[in-house]
Amino acid sequence: MKINRNMLALSALLFGAAQAAPVTITYWQYDFASKVTTVNNLIKQFEAANPDIKVKHETFPYDAFNQKVATSVPAGQGPDVVNLFYGWLPQYVEAGYLQPLPEKDFPAKALEKDFAPMVKASKLDGKYWALPTAVRSLAVFYNKDLFKQAGVKNPPKTWDEFISVASKIVKGQPPRFQQLGFGIQPDGQDYHVVREVLIRQFGGAPYSADNKKATYNSAAGVKALTFYTDMATKQKLGIPNFFPGNNSYRDAFIAGKVGMIIDGSFAVGTIKNGAKFDWGVAPLPTLTAGGLRSNFGSYWANGITKNAKGEKLEAAVKFMKFMTSEAVMREWLNTVGEIPARTSLAQDPKLRKDPVFGAFISSLPFAKATFFVDEAGQRKVWLDAINSVILQNGDPAKALAKAQADEQKILDGYYKK
Amino acid sequence: MRASKLSTSLAYLVLLAGAILVVFPFAWMILTSLKPFAELFNLTFWPEDPTLDNFRQVLGETAFLRWFGNSLLIAAITTVSVLFFDSLVGYTLAKFDFPGKNIVFVLILSTLMIPTEMLIIPWYVGVVDLQLTNTYFSILFPGLMSAFGVFLMRQFFDAVPNDIIDAARIDGMHEFGVFWRVALPLVRPALSSLAIFTFLGNWNAFLWPLVVIQKPELRTLPVGVALFSGEAGTQWGLIMAASALAVIPVLIVFAIFQRQIIEGIALTGVKG
Amino acid sequence: MRQRRAITAYSFLAIPLVFFLVVRFLPTLSAFQLSLFEWNILSENKPFVGAENYQRLLSDTNFHKSLLNTVYYTLIGVPAQLILGLVIALLLERITFVRGLLRALYFAPYVTPVVAAAWVWQWLLSPNFGPINGLLVELGLPPQGFLTSPAQALPSAAALVVWQNLGFQIVIFLAGLSAIPRSLYEAAAIDGATGSQRFWRITLPLLNPTLVFSIVTGTISYLQLFTQVVNLNFTDQGGPLGSTLSVAVYIYQMAFGRYQMGYASAITVVLFVIILIITLLQLRFLTKRIEY
Repeated sequence: MKINRNMLALSALLFGAAQAAPVTITYWQYDFASKVTTVNNLIKQFEAANPDIKVKHETFPYDAFNQKVATSVPAGQGPDVVNLFYGWLPQYVEAGYLQPLPEKDFPAKALEKDFAPMVKASKLDGKYWALPTAVRSLAVFYNKDLFKQAGVKNPPKTWDEFISVASKIVKGQPPRFQQLGFGIQPDGQDYHVVREVLIRQFGGAPYSADNKKATYNSAAGVKALTFYTDMATKQKLGIPNFFPGNNSYRDAFIAGKVGMIIDGSFAVGTIKNGAKFDWGVAPLPTLTAGGLRSNFGSYWANGITKNAKGEKLEAAVKFMKFMTSEAVMREWLNTVGEIPARTSLAQDPKLRKDPVFGAFISSLPFAKATFFVDEAGQRKVWLDAINSVILQNGDPAKALAKAQADEQKILDGYYKK
Repeated sequence: MRASKLSTSLAYLVLLAGAILVVFPFAWMILTSLKPFAELFNLTFWPEDPTLDNFRQVLGETAFLRWFGNSLLIAAITTVSVLFFDSLVGYTLAKFDFPGKNIVFVLILSTLMIPTEMLIIPWYVGVVDLQLTNTYFSILFPGLMSAFGVFLMRQFFDAVPNDIIDAARIDGMHEFGVFWRVALPLVRPALSSLAIFTFLGNWNAFLWPLVVIQKPELRTLPVGVALFSGEAGTQWGLIMAASALAVIPVLIVFAIFQRQIIEGIALTGVKG
Repeated sequence: MRQRRAITAYSFLAIPLVFFLVVRFLPTLSAFQLSLFEWNILSENKPFVGAENYQRLLSDTNFHKSLLNTVYYTLIGVPAQLILGLVIALLLERITFVRGLLRALYFAPYVTPVVAAAWVWQWLLSPNFGPINGLLVELGLPPQGFLTSPAQALPSAAALVVWQNLGFQIVIFLAGLSAIPRSLYEAAAIDGATGSQRFWRITLPLLNPTLVFSIVTGTISYLQLFTQVVNLNFTDQGGPLGSTLSVAVYIYQMAFGRYQMGYASAITVVLFVIILIITLLQLRFLTKRIEY
């Protein structure tokens, strides 16, 4: 630590004498222990390579990160480079908070060739506004011990198998279960499963190609929502909020009381640390054997804010290039355990066969990141639609009609400007 | 006399039963903080294999003591300030007649009627304009006085008989002296309650400290503890250990001021 | 004399008034002003839209739901908290042995951080593992959904708030009771007054300032209920189908989740006006002059 600093000081003395004082940029991300350590190390590497740049790294609690960033904006405070959930980007872009990534440094064509397709969700008005280091997708986490007890050998490949496996594991009846076959939880990752996975597999599309119209109030949409809610109401494979707390389904899975959950690759670390049984990860099922595969992709992306001007902007661009480089992604995978956003790495055969990451990585080519214009609002619309069916015996068709109308209002509000 | 003995026993019975119900979350917090990670999701009340690991981790691997010190400083300063100013204002509103008195009271009270989340942006802009970001003052200034306390003190000063105050005035005591030496000791129970609530309120404040500080050295306890809850899970063991440690100063404050409330009985008993 | 007193009063009030004006009142007015603008918190542009935000309130069913919910919270919470608080405070006054300990126990929920309390509450009321449903099943009764049921979620959440606030209420009442001169009770005992006579003729009237304070601040706090609601259901704030959504949570969601500051301000103004009217009515009709 000390040596490093002295060397930096020395190199600054030797090389920096002719240059102006170093420019300092600020980087914000949410606090997650392994990310904080990794970024601190990366910043050291970056500063050593760019002695005229200093990076100030500041982190905040995950649950309140968006609020923290949002409140800093009207006060004219905040970072030069910020890590944002991709679904928030359109609003930050529309408000003029982010600047487009300079085309000469981040040519759109190259990005589209080199990065996972879901990264397109950060392209607005023909320009890219942010880029991720790592991406996520969904898969089935399953409890091998419970599988064994139920006499099930392999994880399910189709949804029918999924239901039959889960019904062998489930113990109890609504509303009182001792053990769940499927840790159903609409406000976990499940609403993404209905929207981006089931609707597509039933032959529909949740949104129009230009993302301006909600199109799920269709035969495919009704089939998808009915299929999903039936798992709770008809097949009785599980119940939402089985465990207390904000991560109900995941905590219950870790406790060994759930056969299968659908969760994101970001949950791997938590499950690895917590689960005291043999578990595995399988790709999301398809409707028929060999049928259409579909997945929901998402990511946290780094963008440059309007605060970065002149020298700072140049420094921010350099830092962004560094953070999205292959070398950094490789280190990120090893230290944070998240899937690289660049396809060159994701195609690594060793990674694709990895028993845990394989299922996620193999889905990257077709994983779609829903284009949100108001993530919180659009999420609520969907949760209400699903809950009205599960909790109030609502009609799926009516629920979808209402959801589509409500969501269209949100979309129109954004696009009318 | 027999009836009173019976009713006292009944009082004990009801109070004990209620206490058992009421103390449950607190006990659960303490017991969970003693559970090793593997036991967290067993959903049992008692830890099977109690350990101090969570405490070791909180105290050894996080900046807990720093957060603790920051919160203590902020809660202590705001409590002293609130006790002084709120009782002064409450006394003035209860015991003086002057034009505009009701307007002043309603104006102060009205500041309670807006969720403080809506004040955060104007406050933050002000702090930036005055170049006070990342200072202790920026964290604590909204709590220096509270309408809640003004109202509480006004109500209790209202109940102080006027003749006591008039007698002090006739003795030639300075107006501030009347307040400080005569009136204030009479409302000690209210003052004690106000101290407890002000301390606790500022001790638990989350959103404003989160918004106004960037530097990790200035994180307060709630902001620090929020770091234990992440994207993929909540570290319940650490949260509970940190919460248990955070509760200790509050209980100390409570114990000290509880005694004040009892002494208050004796005092008013004599004067009344 | 009168004038000198008034000057003294103003000099006592000067610093606090400046504080309340600058730190609380002016920012409140600026929040009110925002209700006439469409402002995305992230944007520098704030176009003036007149009453548009208020018009939107009229047809916003989620807002209506949150308003109705908030009224329910207040109607359940304030009386429950007051009555339980008063009963326990009076009982605590009666006893001497382990009184301090019991008082501390009743205060414990109030110092327990909400995240922890919310978790326990979800566990206690869980349809699957909760001891309360376990008891119901044992007794041959049907298990209840409680927090997971759109119909029962709100009273279940209100119960948590009462549970947590009880300690606060007891401390306030104990302070109020201790301010009642002992001599009055002694005189009443000599006159042969019964226990209930003493309660209705001495305790309750002399407790009036404390009661007014508790009712007014209790109402204000339930009308702004926020923390418990958020923590009971973090991933779907406001509970399944908005069953526990309060106005304050809705304001927060609009302002910091969906960035619609202007609209959130309009809701804030409505909430403010409601609270102001209720508070003024309560102060007007509940305050009784004390006569010794």
